[in-house]
Amino acid sequence: MKIYIKTKLFLIALLLSLGVLASGGELHLEEAHTDISDTVSLQNGAKLFMNYCSGCHAISFMRYNRIAKDLDLSDSAVAENLMFAGEKVGDLITTAMPEDAASKWFGGTPPDLSLVARSKGTNWIYSYLRGFYADESKIFGVNNKVLANASMPDALWSLKESQSEAEFAQSARDITNFLDYVGEPAKLIRTGLGAWVLSFLTLLLVLSYFLKKEYWKDVKYGIWRSRD
Amino acid sequence: MNTKQNWIDQRFPLTKTWNEHLAKYYAPRNFNFWYFFGSLAILVLVLQLVTGIFLTMHFKPDTANAFASVEYIMRDVEWGWLMRYLHSTGASAFFVIIYFHMYRGLLYGSYKAPRELIWILGMVLYIALMAEAFMGYVLPWGQMSFWGAQVIISLFGSVPIIGPDLLVWILGDYAVGDPALNRFFSLHVVALPLILVVLVFLHIVALHAVGSNNPDGVEIKKTKDKDGIPKDGIPFHPYYTVKDIMGVFVFLIIFCSVVFYAPALNGYFLEHANFVEANPLKTPDHIAPLWYLTPFYSVLRAIPPMFGSQFPGVLGMFAALLILAALPWLDRSPVKSIRYRSPPFKWALGIFVISFVILGWLGMEPVTPLYVLLARICTFLYFAFFILMPWYTSIGKTKEVPERVTE
Repeated sequence: MKIYIKTKLFLIALLLSLGVLASGGELHLEEAHTDISDTVSLQNGAKLFMNYCSGCHAISFMRYNRIAKDLDLSDSAVAENLMFAGEKVGDLITTAMPEDAASKWFGGTPPDLSLVARSKGTNWIYSYLRGFYADESKIFGVNNKVLANASMPDALWSLKESQSEAEFAQSARDITNFLDYVGEPAKLIRTGLGAWVLSFLTLLLVLSYFLKKEYWKDVKYGIWRSRD
Repeated sequence: MNTKQNWIDQRFPLTKTWNEHLAKYYAPRNFNFWYFFGSLAILVLVLQLVTGIFLTMHFKPDTANAFASVEYIMRDVEWGWLMRYLHSTGASAFFVIIYFHMYRGLLYGSYKAPRELIWILGMVLYIALMAEAFMGYVLPWGQMSFWGAQVIISLFGSVPIIGPDLLVWILGDYAVGDPALNRFFSLHVVALPLILVVLVFLHIVALHAVGSNNPDGVEIKKTKDKDGIPKDGIPFHPYYTVKDIMGVFVFLIIFCSVVFYAPALNGYFLEHANFVEANPLKTPDHIAPLWYLTPFYSVLRAIPPMFGSQFPGVLGMFAALLILAALPWLDRSPVKSIRYRSPPFKWALGIFVISFVILGWLGMEPVTPLYVLLARICTFLYFAFFILMPWYTSIGKTKEVPERVTE
């Protein structure tokens, strides 16, 4: 028995130390509350991204027709609404901005956003999109609460002006949601599949438990019971 | 089997091998929770080999393409994302299992005579596994891959006299770049897996020659019945195969929960910064290796540079690893299992485990004066566990070990 108590103490100590690990101080960010299963939000996010962001930012690991497939859109709908420069639907979503021009305008190529949700997180993106404020000392007249001295204009300013606060929050949330999807398209099926896998494994665990119990009758009472 | 040997047995010792290692390999009847991790380690090794084969089909070991090829696997390769997550989660799971497996050895004195060679083979396996994991982590060519490699490989440059030449020899260049990525790929997918498989084979052959230890630390071969079968032994197959299968499903449920619901495990299994492609011009704010290497990284950082050289820290780090191999000769206790050990050993083991976990945590944190002090204290305690072992294992009153295993 004593050894079990020690085992438990060891595991508790391990969990506690993991708890310590998990609590790290960070920049305060707003909760994005995105939901990757919300297809309407993803579709709107895709549209907003293509209209307001893709002029400068590529999502070059993503293909147009993958978005069509995953977001319940037809290839033609994607071609009409999301593609502006005569690309093919199987193409990767790059940007038309020339590199040297980008350097001249922004001091560098605007980053590829394929994986921004994975490196920075959805709360960061949401807070960043909503974090622009007027600052006349900057070239573009704006600065950002989340990323100080960001060398990017407030690309969503026209949305911010034309929409109510709640509508704008939803727009930022939809773009964030879309980028979360772009960061890992497999996320759409991963969790659903996981439920099946775990259910199946649980079934196998129950079966294997009874199999073990049956065999170990030999050890407890049968031919392999304790011998003197 | 009938009286007549079958066709295969006349040409290959199939039945003999089956019996020696499974059907007539007599394992102690009192294995507990801690004895699941050996078979689980084999399971994860196979998982890593199989998923690794599929990843190798699509990965490009080239600094210009590596990062993109991993994302290609994640998006365009059918089930590629699953292969990648199984592999990346498998790496961490491997270390979780190995750490439990090694702790079991410490608990029940499994390294003590006559099992010293099993322990040493296991230590070599552990070091080979660390090298394998480290090189695998470089391959996706993210920021942490690059900068982690830069930090770890530069340690070799601190070796007196030959350091700079050694560094160039390892990297095939003056910095971590294409030649390093290419050779790490070769070592990761060919050389080290081969070494690992051979070492696992030797580890098991040695184990089955001597026989398994158990939670009581009783040698079951001392008490045999008239047929020469240990009285406290039961055939590994079917009794421990069915038990281990049950363990496999418990493990897979935990493992798949991570794979399907939190594959990055909040940055502990896949670091956030590694989703940014390697950029030699942009040093990340904070460079940390993955969790399974951090205890030794902490030891490295805890030891101050001497005579303007980082070399003492490097020596300390390798010493922290290698000293584990001396355990069978440092332990003077007449008993194996923690159940019958003297109180000083129990205290020492507890302190050792706590300092190891704290070192692991500190290795992920940035350096602050308080943390450096804490790392130094834990490094001291870590080494004290080994250096003082001949003393504290020979004092205190041990309990009497029973003749037979208890249940």
